Amino acid sequence: MDLNLTADETKFRDELRTWLEANVPKDWGEWREKPLEESFPYLRAWQRKLYEGGWAAVSWPKEFGGRSATLMEQSLFWEEMARVEAPPMANSLGLGLIGPTIIAYGTDEQKKRFIPKILSAEEIWCQGFSEPNAGSDLASLQTEARLDGDHYIVNGQKVWTSYGWIGDWCELVVRTDPNVPKHKGLSVLLIDMKSPGVEVRPLKQMTGESEFNELFFRDVRVPVANVLGKVNDGWNVAVSTLMYERGSYGARLHLLFKRNINRLIELSHKFQKNGHPAAQDPITRQKLAQCYAEIEIMRWNQLRAFSRVTATGVPGPEGSIQKIFWSELNQRVQQIAQEIFGPYGQLLAGDKQAVDNGIWSYGYLRTRGNTIEAGTSEVQRNIIGHFVLGLPRSY
Amino acid sequence: MQFGLSESQQMLKDNARKFFAGECPMEEVRRLMETETAYDQTLWEKMAEQGYTGIIFPEEYGGVGLGKVELALLMEESGRALLPGPFFSTVALAGAVIDAVASPEHKKKYLAPICAGDARSTVAFLEANSSWNPSEIQIAAANGALTGEKLFVPDAAVANFIVVIARNGIFTVALKASGMRITPMLGMDLTRKLYRIEFQNTPAEKIGDISALAKGFDIATTALVCELVGGMQRTLDITVEYAKMRKQFGKPIGMFQAVQHQCADMYLETESSRSAAYYAAWALEENAPDASVAVSIAKMYASDAARSVGNRGIQVHGGMGFTWENDVHLYYRRAKSSETAFGDSTFHRERIARLVIDADERLAKGA
Repeated sequence: MDLNLTADETKFRDELRTWLEANVPKDWGEWREKPLEESFPYLRAWQRKLYEGGWAAVSWPKEFGGRSATLMEQSLFWEEMARVEAPPMANSLGLGLIGPTIIAYGTDEQKKRFIPKILSAEEIWCQGFSEPNAGSDLASLQTEARLDGDHYIVNGQKVWTSYGWIGDWCELVVRTDPNVPKHKGLSVLLIDMKSPGVEVRPLKQMTGESEFNELFFRDVRVPVANVLGKVNDGWNVAVSTLMYERGSYGARLHLLFKRNINRLIELSHKFQKNGHPAAQDPITRQKLAQCYAEIEIMRWNQLRAFSRVTATGVPGPEGSIQKIFWSELNQRVQQIAQEIFGPYGQLLAGDKQAVDNGIWSYGYLRTRGNTIEAGTSEVQRNIIGHFVLGLPRSY
Repeated sequence: MQFGLSESQQMLKDNARKFFAGECPMEEVRRLMETETAYDQTLWEKMAEQGYTGIIFPEEYGGVGLGKVELALLMEESGRALLPGPFFSTVALAGAVIDAVASPEHKKKYLAPICAGDARSTVAFLEANSSWNPSEIQIAAANGALTGEKLFVPDAAVANFIVVIARNGIFTVALKASGMRITPMLGMDLTRKLYRIEFQNTPAEKIGDISALAKGFDIATTALVCELVGGMQRTLDITVEYAKMRKQFGKPIGMFQAVQHQCADMYLETESSRSAAYYAAWALEENAPDASVAVSIAKMYASDAARSVGNRGIQVHGGMGFTWENDVHLYYRRAKSSETAFGDSTFHRERIARLVIDADERLAKGA
């Protein structure tokens, strides 16, 4: 056990720090609050810059334009990005989830065709997994792909697709064989979103904004060459994408959470509770300290999981505890924020008395989604029960 | 950066598990908990042979000279075994305090016999106000003698000497010192006996200043958290085994999600406690700037988690969980005793609040 950085890790971090100091845009603050439609070209340009500096996908193998970074180095990467308040990257799904899946399962032609443009943000990727009747039970999905010569004909509907409105390509899970058990008849297709028959609609969520889209496919023709992995082996391909989703995301969240709690502590000196500053209210102090502590534990859990993966070579189902831990914690942080702000907590962006221009009222609503997206807390607990503890499957 | 165990750390942990499984299985725990002191001389000598009684102490006093992480792993395994008797009190508590506060002469006098397995000890801290804040201690030594009462002192009846925390210093009192009366308090944890100690003009030797106490207490607190982690792990293991085996409605109850989710939460709470405990141990070893906050985070989280894991474990066991015969309640009792020792979660949340909220205010005011 040694939590000091190794010489290699220090070198990695210092090199990144130097690069970021010279290259991170200074005006992100002016863009941050704008709708994604407006800021997207800005984010694309930022990713392009990272790509040119060799920093767009540090976790990827060197031969595909990454740095073959270890998990600890990846963690350092996100820490440094957060430390300088760097903007996010435009093609975050392509870099984080879909690129690694193509590297793992793609043909040489697919890798050559797609990987460079994912890195450079020239082509933005979205992910078509969930359907109206297939959420937690993803394998029951119904979007069908029927073979017709050297093409598949795709019909169906997807929901909760991030970046659908700007996506050039989509990693789509479809049913290629309806006559076998549900997990065994799925395949993954790489679909050009400009194909005739693809329709994208915004999905308005409870926060009032539309981060996600609904996708409709009507007789969309997809070349057989665009199957990712083997036909009818799509479940394994999709699960591998989901593993990337659950594994790496937590690392990026720690500093964001830390910034939130520090800001909340700062504000707790300003808001009154029972006749004195909230920071002096015993109950509020207890709740803030609890959140502060759990945010630290979240990082230590993460570091232990990374060390285990590094030792064993495979990301395990333990990633599920990270997902439960951060999503439920984030909701508690937002709840205590509301308690500190009292009636001001409900004010939305645009009201001149809204706290921090409404980021907390937004956060209160948005974090309800945290325990649902990327696998509900219930599904995560099922995963722990079955895959970690070895209890019999409940379904 | 490597937050896993090294090969030698893993080996120490594995050996400790084997040692406790062989020398102190549950039948032995149950036998000892029915005795007056829960202490067994033969077991103690075997632990001394393993080097456990000197694990973190310098070699010049006969110790093994290992670090806080190694102590953490040993405590985790002793907690898993629900080891009865004064190991925690002697080594992780009294020994750590002496090591932190005493002069080389005093270490030779008090630490060396602990390392050799010849002496057992404990620390008397709490008084009637039950506060873990050193500034609220009432007892003070006058003319080299102590008068007053200490409460909730673990394992005092088998200690060769007792470390007493007074207002004006840290003292040792010998086993048969005049004017000292030790009487049992009937604590819930049957494996770690608690005592009331009355001092009436009892001769005491000063070994250090109270200002140096925090470091020793941080080590003891972290060790206790690790012991809790071992207890949580064992409770989880027993519970999962039971959920796989016990059938109702023709199916193992572990097939039902209501049961699975209880077990999943036990796992989450156990693993998170372990992360916090290991981090605190490492931070103490490295004298990291956030070591004290880390200790409070670990104690705060594990104090609540151990109770919660016990609650869930008993619930999943159903009627069996409510019987004397089932082992879960023995761990549950230890968890309650350890929950309040060195401050419960409320105490440590307030300590964290002082370190991070009040510090923020001072910062904001430019002080």
